Amino acid sequence: MTNCEEFISQLANKYGRKRESLLAIIHEVINQYYYLSEESMTAIARELNMPAAEVYGTATFYTFFDTKPQGKYVIRVCQTIVCDMKRKEDIVDAIYELLRIKPGETTSDGKFSLYYTNCLGMCHEGPAMLINDEQYAKLTPESVKDILVNYMKK
Amino acid sequence: MSNLINVTINNIPLQVEEGKTILEAAKMLNIHIPVLCHHKDLCVAGNCRICVVEVEKDPYLVAACAIPVREGMNILTNTKKIRDARKHILELLLTEHNINCIKCCKSSSCELQNLALEYRLDEELFINLLQDIPVDDSSPAIIKDDTKCIRCTRCVRTCDELQGVNALAMSQKGRHTKMSTYLEKPLADVVCTNCGQCINRCPTGALTEKSYVEQVWEAIYDPSKFVVVQTAPAVRFAVGELFHVRPGARVTGRMVASLRAMGFDAVLDTDFTADLTIIEEGTELLTRLKKALVDRDKSVALPMFSSCSPGWIKFIEHQYPELLPNLSTCKSPQQMFGALAKTFYAKKREIDPANMVSVSIMPCTAKKFEANRPEMRDSGYKDVDYVLTTREFASMIHHSGIDVLTLKNEEFDNIMGASTGAAVIFGATGGVMEAALRTAYQIVTGKDVPFEGINITPIRGFQGVKQASLVIEGTLPEWKFLEGVELKVAVAHGLKNAHKLIQGLKSGEIEAHFVEIMACPGGCIGGGGQPIPTNIDIRTARMEGTYKADSKMLLRKSHENPEVQALYEEFLGKPNGHLSHELLHTYYTERFKY
Amino acid sequence: MPTSTVKRTDLIFKKDIDYSAVMHKIMKMGKDEFIEELIDSGLRGRGGAGFPTGLKWKLVKAEQSPEKYIICNADEGEPGTFKDREILDNAAEKVIWGMTLAAYITGAKEGFIYIRAEYKYMQTKLRIAIDRMEQNIKALGIKFKLDLVFGAGAYICGEETALIHSMEGYRGEPTNKPPFPVTQGYLNKPTVVNNVETFVNAIIIAEIGAKEYKKLGTKASQGTKLFSVSGDCCKEGIFELEMGMTVQQFVDEFGDGDTKAVQVGGASGFCVPRKEFPNTIIGFEGVPTGGSMKVFNSSRSMYNTLENYLIFFEEESCGQCTPCRIGTQQLLMGIHAVKRKEKPKSYLDELLKLAQTMKFASKCGLGRSVGNAFGSIVTNFREEIIY
Repeated sequence: MTNCEEFISQLANKYGRKRESLLAIIHEVINQYYYLSEESMTAIARELNMPAAEVYGTATFYTFFDTKPQGKYVIRVCQTIVCDMKRKEDIVDAIYELLRIKPGETTSDGKFSLYYTNCLGMCHEGPAMLINDEQYAKLTPESVKDILVNYMKK
Repeated sequence: MSNLINVTINNIPLQVEEGKTILEAAKMLNIHIPVLCHHKDLCVAGNCRICVVEVEKDPYLVAACAIPVREGMNILTNTKKIRDARKHILELLLTEHNINCIKCCKSSSCELQNLALEYRLDEELFINLLQDIPVDDSSPAIIKDDTKCIRCTRCVRTCDELQGVNALAMSQKGRHTKMSTYLEKPLADVVCTNCGQCINRCPTGALTEKSYVEQVWEAIYDPSKFVVVQTAPAVRFAVGELFHVRPGARVTGRMVASLRAMGFDAVLDTDFTADLTIIEEGTELLTRLKKALVDRDKSVALPMFSSCSPGWIKFIEHQYPELLPNLSTCKSPQQMFGALAKTFYAKKREIDPANMVSVSIMPCTAKKFEANRPEMRDSGYKDVDYVLTTREFASMIHHSGIDVLTLKNEEFDNIMGASTGAAVIFGATGGVMEAALRTAYQIVTGKDVPFEGINITPIRGFQGVKQASLVIEGTLPEWKFLEGVELKVAVAHGLKNAHKLIQGLKSGEIEAHFVEIMACPGGCIGGGGQPIPTNIDIRTARMEGTYKADSKMLLRKSHENPEVQALYEEFLGKPNGHLSHELLHTYYTERFKY
Repeated sequence: MPTSTVKRTDLIFKKDIDYSAVMHKIMKMGKDEFIEELIDSGLRGRGGAGFPTGLKWKLVKAEQSPEKYIICNADEGEPGTFKDREILDNAAEKVIWGMTLAAYITGAKEGFIYIRAEYKYMQTKLRIAIDRMEQNIKALGIKFKLDLVFGAGAYICGEETALIHSMEGYRGEPTNKPPFPVTQGYLNKPTVVNNVETFVNAIIIAEIGAKEYKKLGTKASQGTKLFSVSGDCCKEGIFELEMGMTVQQFVDEFGDGDTKAVQVGGASGFCVPRKEFPNTIIGFEGVPTGGSMKVFNSSRSMYNTLENYLIFFEEESCGQCTPCRIGTQQLLMGIHAVKRKEKPKSYLDELLKLAQTMKFASKCGLGRSVGNAFGSIVTNFREEIIY
């Protein structure tokens, strides 16, 4: 067993070998490996005794489950109306200035990926973004850079 | 009897059983409601929305295929609101669709095309959304063209509900939603069994068989080639449907005549090798039983599984490799035929097998894969060069300009052309088992199998998993060890049922010495290469035709086939003998499960 | 500044409740009696669809099934809506006890909060609150196990059947109804699915009684409601208000003095133009809302607003049904084409008809509601869409 297979086997023990555990297991795999590799999807299929195509088909339905390699920190900038009114593109521009990535791209060191995302539920404090599970609101081009500099040090 | 519910449809009062859908209720009044995602064989999806109807007091239109009738429901099926919605839905589907209809093999039998014509969609109302997605033609059997897919999910439901293969699943969401293999791998690289059931249910040309019609015409036109053709048992009960003959009508004579008229040099019958299969497989079973019961050989794998269905073979190679020793080593009738055509037949007719082209007409798409297996070259050549489906065969009849319905009946050639009723029923689920029992019982006891008219009815019909047993009595001296043994058999059709049967065997719920499994629902009569549409009514008609034909045959047991007897005398020696093993038996390969 | 005509309430965040005492009271009162009380309160689902909550619980209670489930729909994703996040952040106990109450009433032993992945940051806090509740109910003799389930970035999972599929480990695709979750929900068992705010209202009603609760709001829209206010406002945030006010009253209180339109009910709601402010009532009798109020002043382009909504819908459509999957694409590309003059102005009328088809023929609420924003913006701001 590879490390990844071992890890997923333990997750299956923890959550139970049933279909209802699928999303919870994928969440943990993504926390660990930042994306769902073929190896991990195959392992999940084996552990939950479900078809591999179903694991893939289900995972790709959800925006937060990536099947291609992602940065360690995934930045999701809200693009929906109020954050748009509050100039979300300035935030994206500031990220570009610092990290040289546009939405849909990953830094060459594999540390950051950038995406636009839909409403984060922070409309009254927009523009807003997520970095992995953390929410950041009332962003300015300056505050974004400060936040990211801290992540760069991690 | 369940409750009756009062509804009206287009103001006509109607009593309907509780639980029926609006679509089913409308059908009782012969009111037609168009469908695309709905298929009688499959669970409800209700996602294409073409079947929407109005229900009084409901602000929204409802999907007739998905919504059950309610007491007092007043339903309208033809209003402006409905018609506008249906036209819009068709317009929308066409904006995603690769409207290359003239060149599409589903043209004229495409359900989307038919509806578009019906609603006279003559101008392009909306913006073209066609995406540039390459066609997946990696598989030797099935072509997947996403540009023609309408996301009805019939294929996915087929692969899951009927077949339990799950090679296809829906992936992505929104506009990216598509039918996908695992990680979008080519069909050739996934657990697909090539059964073709998805093709039978695809309303458009998104899933079709890979055609070898051109190659076959080339061979026919080439004077240096000797082209032999074999036709599978189930083809003759279905091909007529493509010429407006009712399902289940047997058109063997005209089928043979059309093949000769097309220019095949020899028109032979897979039924012949079906009988041969029974001799080989029956002998193998008896040998395994003897080893297990007399020699107490623990290494003998029982129950023995039939090996005629190439979809089933690939399925077990992927899903249950630990059970490969249980598979009969017998090749399928198609491949036995192929191996004999380029050896026995070639020798007999004094033809150089290098110049022979062996064509088979099959109700099956998986046979295309089977013929391409590297191990299927025991004649020294590729045993079967090209496999055509029933549908491709019909298209060749069209190309040739033959009016098949006016042809006079003709007989198969007389080498590798004779068959018995036992071979005829190979096409229906349970048929191989029945044929095997008829012969095996007679070998062991010298008597007919103890069922009325040798019709082993417990293993006939559409029940997913069928079981039967018979006590062997009055054995001949050689088979004394079987005296009083209760021979147990089990039959499954459709690979979902194969899963069930195997689970039953593993849990001990099902006990069997011999198991027949056919990949397709109903067996080969419902094969992935058969005429479209398919549904339980059509398959029932084909099955009835099959058993009727058997009952009318003079010879109904494989070992009575005179040409098979001659084959052993002249060529093979004895069943399961050295040459048999060389030409007629094979081996299997474990494949990946994910 | 003019005197406020908007009626504020303060039940959801401020009020402390002795949950054990409330539960004792209800246990004494009787399950059927409380259901009647809940029906009498007029409480309707706060997620936006507005199904009477008491009736929903009654239906699940009536089901004969050893397994039943309580699900809290915390998959808040409607653009402009953030009340559920505020509740879970600041008043999670009320949600949890509302669910416990539902479990006690209906006979469910297990419950789940299905929460969107975007709100994962509050995970630890929620687990602590759940543990506390599970400790406290032991003394009450109630058995109820509550767990968190996280979504993964799919707006459609706010639709209850999609949510259930997602919890079961499937693609979050809605199914045709019937069957409804009350009879065949999670794992095919009878299931209560209510919005975060609905559970909070239920526990409040249990405490103060239907009579007090009904004093708030209007006949069709009773009780108190949280509003997520954002956009060009003098104050943004969450406000607990009575339903039944007009948009004009709302704008007078929250607008920046230059309001030209208010989008009521998020992207799937309606755009109300200035001339309609005085006679548009916010509530089930007028424009229904899950609580999202987005305010636009005259500097805003309604074309950009519509485009933003359509991008949202096009990305978030689950993709299974034809009208929604392709319709959302056509509407988006359609307004682009009109703007670029690749299609005539009259093409907007074709798109309006298409939006009608999407409303009538789509499988679920997502496709059905795309036409709300599209129709109201295109009709009221046609000039902005064309030029």
